[in-house]
This record gives sequence, structure tokens and C-alpha cells, in this order.
Amino acid sequence: MSGRTVRLYEIANARSGDKGNRLNIALVCRDPAHYAAIARQVTAERVAAAFAGRKPSRVVRYDLPKLAAFNFVLDDVLEGGVNASLGLDGHGKSLSYVLLDIPVEIVNEPRAAVVGAVHAT
Amino acid sequence: MADRMATRVAIGGAAGFAGDRTDAAGPLVKALAQFAGPRFLMFETLAERTLALSQLERRRDPQTGFNPALDRFVGPVLATCLRERIRIIGNFGAANPRAAAARILALAQVQGLPVPRIAVVEGDDLAGVLSAQQLAARETGGAILHDASEIIAANVYLGAGEIAQALNEGADIVVTGRVADSALALGPLMHAFGWRADDWDRLAAGTLAGHLLECGSQVTGGYFADPPYKAVPEMAELGYPIAEIEAGGGMVITKPAGTGGRVDRATVIEQLLYEIHDPAAYLAPDVVLDVTDVAVEEIGPDRVRVTGARGRPAPPTLKATVCVDGGVLGEAEISYAGANAAARARLAAATIQERMRSRAPDLVVRTDAIGVVSVLGSNASAPDWPAEARDVRLRFAAQSHDSVAVERLLDEVEALYCAGPAGGSGVRRRLTPRLASASCLIERTFVSPRVTMLEHDPEKWVPVFGKRSCSNKAGGGA
Repeated sequence: MSGRTVRLYEIANARSGDKGNRLNIALVCRDPAHYAAIARQVTAERVAAAFAGRKPSRVVRYDLPKLAAFNFVLDDVLEGGVNASLGLDGHGKSLSYVLLDIPVEIVNEPRAAVVGAVHAT
Repeated sequence: MADRMATRVAIGGAAGFAGDRTDAAGPLVKALAQFAGPRFLMFETLAERTLALSQLERRRDPQTGFNPALDRFVGPVLATCLRERIRIIGNFGAANPRAAAARILALAQVQGLPVPRIAVVEGDDLAGVLSAQQLAARETGGAILHDASEIIAANVYLGAGEIAQALNEGADIVVTGRVADSALALGPLMHAFGWRADDWDRLAAGTLAGHLLECGSQVTGGYFADPPYKAVPEMAELGYPIAEIEAGGGMVITKPAGTGGRVDRATVIEQLLYEIHDPAAYLAPDVVLDVTDVAVEEIGPDRVRVTGARGRPAPPTLKATVCVDGGVLGEAEISYAGANAAARARLAAATIQERMRSRAPDLVVRTDAIGVVSVLGSNASAPDWPAEARDVRLRFAAQSHDSVAVERLLDEVEALYCAGPAGGSGVRRRLTPRLASASCLIERTFVSPRVTMLEHDPEKWVPVFGKRSCSNKAGGGA
């Protein structure tokens, strides 16, 4: 298979949210054609490794094939959460872009860079 | 009964948190007025900590404790909402829904409007219902409440039933404290469609509508832009969302014409999964929502159809957020810039750590280098910044119930002005009281939600609020 390596942010969207000391990151393929490649490569173990600095106690990936999306739930990565963290981003809402930095190999080229332009004016 | 039931309902989501844009409701109200069918405007302004902060406000002044931006959220649209029968549902009542209701009545009077029918939903406040020990026994995934002597706020997430009841009784405006965010939409839908409390798939659809609306613009292009990969037109004038929901549970997410932002599969799916853990089991007070079979389809410009929400019976317990004193957070910053800035900043950081180790050995002191490594660092790791850094802002932070130790840290950072490395400047220091929060699961038998339609005379509404707390002496619920 002759593929090309891209960072996730070139082919996928992500948004994170917090509940206490738990972070969730939704990862959404811009092109459903990339779903299988991401499912194969962006495993819970790989995401745990990307967040190793925060020592997650557990990482779970939920698959949503109908939406070409995944939901990662990372436990105990927010240094106590928004009410206890000494850090500047206690919510961890900037951390979706740590996930989007992960490199993946794809065979289908990404769609045009600006998505959703169909309905934008 | 069925013949007066609506076939389609529109709900606008005018706010996603207490600090959201206060002028978002204007375009929503204009669009809702054109909608043929029952229409509602919801304001979600109550994040986890907001309510505890409101409770502290109310202790200082019994007439406060509701969202301080209430006038700016509701004032500009009140006349149109009352004239067009766009009914308002908001959790901006926070720790004091009656005072918020009185404030809305005053706004109506000042504007010369007809007297609105205002309902308050109460019963979320567990003060006097469960003691600190009883709450501690119900804490999930932590032990924050174990040693807490005094509870600052304990509020359970109520469901949609009382909001629906208030609307059934003719309320123009429903003011709540803590309810599930999604209940602000589910309540109007149960009212308008007559959905039964065990019609799980429809309750799930209403919960999904609420979930998509509850963060305001996060479904219409807010919190989304990432140029050049994700473009959002007219960020400065984002339109906030409208959900048009059918009696069967299908819905269309859209936004007012002539506003900025975008509504498409990408924006809707990001919000659909926001703050969800297991997508097959999103727990709400009224239903367990399963989104794994949801379909999201673009049907026109800025119009997305969402179908396929499934529901299962509501969980046996209700979630409560309980806040206790978390001590103080101290933060102090100082800048080093220009030639050799990194080496001087590194020496400053080492100096602070060394002095604090001997003078407040139990205090964990975090060091960040803003602009180099701050968000991505951790308490454990000292920043490792590149030697070429020319503009380093050091930040130190510590939190403790020992405020003397925390203030000592701030003093030490300030002392770097003279006793630190060369060229340090721009010290800022701040001490912030902190709240620690815990989640508890509460049996429904302890929770008695209630609706009160308020008299037209506000003097009758606002009882004398004493200083209250559910300290460990206030038990008796069990």
C-alpha cells in the first residue's frame, strides 16, 4: 500500500470537553473515506502515548461509524480538573490539538482544504 | 387533546454559558417570530462552578445570586418575546431563581410591557436535605467531600418535567436554577407535543435537541474555526442556533438568515459529541440517550437534519454537583526578554523553587513559561524552553488551604524585582478563592422539584433569604 503521512489535523476535526478530571475528545473525519485508516491507526494506546505527559489512568475509544467519528475518553489527565489544576487550561479544552498532531498514513488524498465551503458565502 | 398539539416547534439557543455574547438573542427572536408554531428561547448560563459562585454572592447579598448579565441577556428581547409569544426558559436563576424572576418583572415594568407570567422551578438546592456526611457517602469517583466541614453549594440536576408543567400552566417565562442543560429544550417539547414521561425515544430526541442548543454558537460555527482547514464566515457576527423539532423527534438545526457562522455536518457532529462519554449512554435526568445511530444530513444552506436518537429508561439516581472550599489559588508572573532571556528566566525559576522548598516545603509550586510551554506542561515537569527564547513570561502557581504559604510564593516572585536575575519586570500577582467540586448520585426520593407561578406583586415573591448552608448540622433528609 503506497500511502502518504499526514497529521490528523489535515484530515479530521476535533473538540474536547471536560467533566471533572476526565477529558473527552471527539475526532471527526472530514472525509468518511479516511475512517478506516484512522480506526486502524489511532488506537486508544496511541492516544494514551500522545498524552503520556499527563499520565492517563485509562483511555477508551468509542467508534461512531455512522458519523465517521470517534470519541476518546481520557481519565485523570486534567491535573485535578478545572477546580483543582494549577495549570492555565484546567478545562483541557486546548488539548484536542494534541490529538490532532498525531501522524497517520492515508491512501485517499484529503478533500479540498476548506471544508463546508458549499454553504459558506 | 391531540388536536391542539403542535406538529413542529422552534427553539432558539441564545446562550451557552454565563459569559456568552449577550446580543445573540436579537436575531434569534426575529427569526423565531416568523416561525409558524410554538416557539421558545432558551438561555443556558450555568456551568458547574457558576452556581457555587452564585451561592456565595447570595450569601453576601440575598437579592443577588442569579446571573449578573440577566438584564443584558433578557432586556433587549423581552418586549418582542412577550408580543410574539416566544416563551423564555433560562437557568439564569442560578442560586436565586425568585430574585431573577423579580428582576425580569422589574425589566418589564421599566419598559412599560404587560405583566408577564413568570414561573420558577425550585428543588435543586439540597441545602437542608442532605448533610455533608450524607453527600460524602454519595460521592462518585473521588473523596473531596470526605473532610469537608461546610458545603458551599449542593445542587441536583433536575429534569424537564417541571419546566413542561410551568409552560402547561401558562408561563411566559420559566426561571430555573440547576436543571440538566438539555432539559431547557426538552421541557418546552414535552409541553408542546404532550410527550409522555416514558416515551423514551422522543425524550431522547428532545434531549439531543437540547444538547445541540445548550452551547449556543458551538453548533453554528463557534469553537470551530481553524484556518485554513476550517473556515467560518463572519466570526464577529455568529448566528446562534435554532432547532426546528417535529412531534416524531426528527429535527433541523439552522440559524437566523443574515448572520455569520455555518451549520453543516461538521459543526453539528462536533457539538453532538461534545462532553459526551459513552455515546450509547448519555445520562440525563429524564432519559438515557443513545446517539450511536444518529444520522446527520445537510438538506440546504445552513440546514442540517438530525434523526435517529434512541432512548432508554431514565437512570434511578440524579447527579448533583457539590462545591466545598478549595482554599486559595495564588498566581504570580514575571517577564524576561531580549538577549539571553531563557537563561535568566531559568535561573529565576530555580531561585523560586529553592526558596519555597525550604520555606513552605509542603506547597506544590508549578512553573510555566508562557509562550514557550505552559498549557502543555504539567505540575511535575519544569519547563524546558529553547535557548533562543527572547520573550519569556514565567508563571508560578500554587493552591492550598494554607493561604500564608500561598502568599509567601507571591511575595517571593515579587521579590525577584530586586533580588532576582537581571532585567526581570512586569510582576503581576493574584490570589483567588477556590472551590473544589464533587459529583454525587442522589436517590430520587430526596428530590422534590416544584413549580411556583409568581404573583404579580414582586414584594410577595422574594422571601427574606437568610444565610443558609447545608453544613453537617443541617441533616435530616435521610
